[in-house]
Amino acid sequence: MQTLSGIPLNYYIYLSTALFCIGVLGVMVRRNAIIMFMCIELMLNAVNLLMVAFSRYLGDSSGQVFVFFIMAVAAAEVAVGLAILIMIYRNAKTSDTEVLNELKL
Amino acid sequence: MGITVYIFWFLSFVALISALNVVFAKSPVHSVLSLIITFFAIAGHYLLLNAQFLAAVHIIVYAGAIMVLFLYVIMMLNLNKETEPHKKNYIKFISVIASCLLMITFVAAFRGAEIEGATSPNDSIGLVENLGKVLFDQNQFLLPFEVSSILFLAAMVGAVYLSKKELH
Repeated sequence: MQTLSGIPLNYYIYLSTALFCIGVLGVMVRRNAIIMFMCIELMLNAVNLLMVAFSRYLGDSSGQVFVFFIMAVAAAEVAVGLAILIMIYRNAKTSDTEVLNELKL
Repeated sequence: MGITVYIFWFLSFVALISALNVVFAKSPVHSVLSLIITFFAIAGHYLLLNAQFLAAVHIIVYAGAIMVLFLYVIMMLNLNKETEPHKKNYIKFISVIASCLLMITFVAAFRGAEIEGATSPNDSIGLVENLGKVLFDQNQFLLPFEVSSILFLAAMVGAVYLSKKELH
């Protein structure tokens, strides 16, 4: 495994894995829709970090351009998602996801 | 062991601790602040990886725009209560076990991986000049770039329409 200034690529893989799994844990554990949303951002960032690491170690800058696009999509997603959250709050007077079960059988 | 290794461990430690704090903090505002710390640590990682432009954009977009939007919504809806109802304990327990299993699966899958095709790393790929050339010069990412601007327009119209009060 090649190293760059003493840090193997494996370390970045494990770090991103850990961040991604913390994001998954947050989505499963919490009930507040805003916190779940932030955990989704955390997962996106774990993937971004891994992509930058790969692009650095393989000497290909396409990975960094992809990260750029992921950031753009994440910004758009947050704007629409928070608007939906405000709508939900206006109708249900809560941001608790357990209350929003009207489609459940 | 150079100093970059120590910086790497420090930034990883900060990122993981504050990411855990995002999940387990009682009040949503504390979660947001921890997430901002995580984003700064990730930006530090980008700097370590010689991606200066992405580090700057990451701080501007995430810490400057997205997290401010989150804080704004939390303040506006007055959600900063610590009385959020919690999930049942057995569901929390199962969630922790499930995410640990996911982590073990990923680590086991990547453990023996040998990445092929590693060339001599080029120090200048993360600079603005090189990224601009890749983005605009070779007609490779020009169409996605323009499409993403349409995506922004659609997102803007959608956000304004969704959060507008009903007039009738």
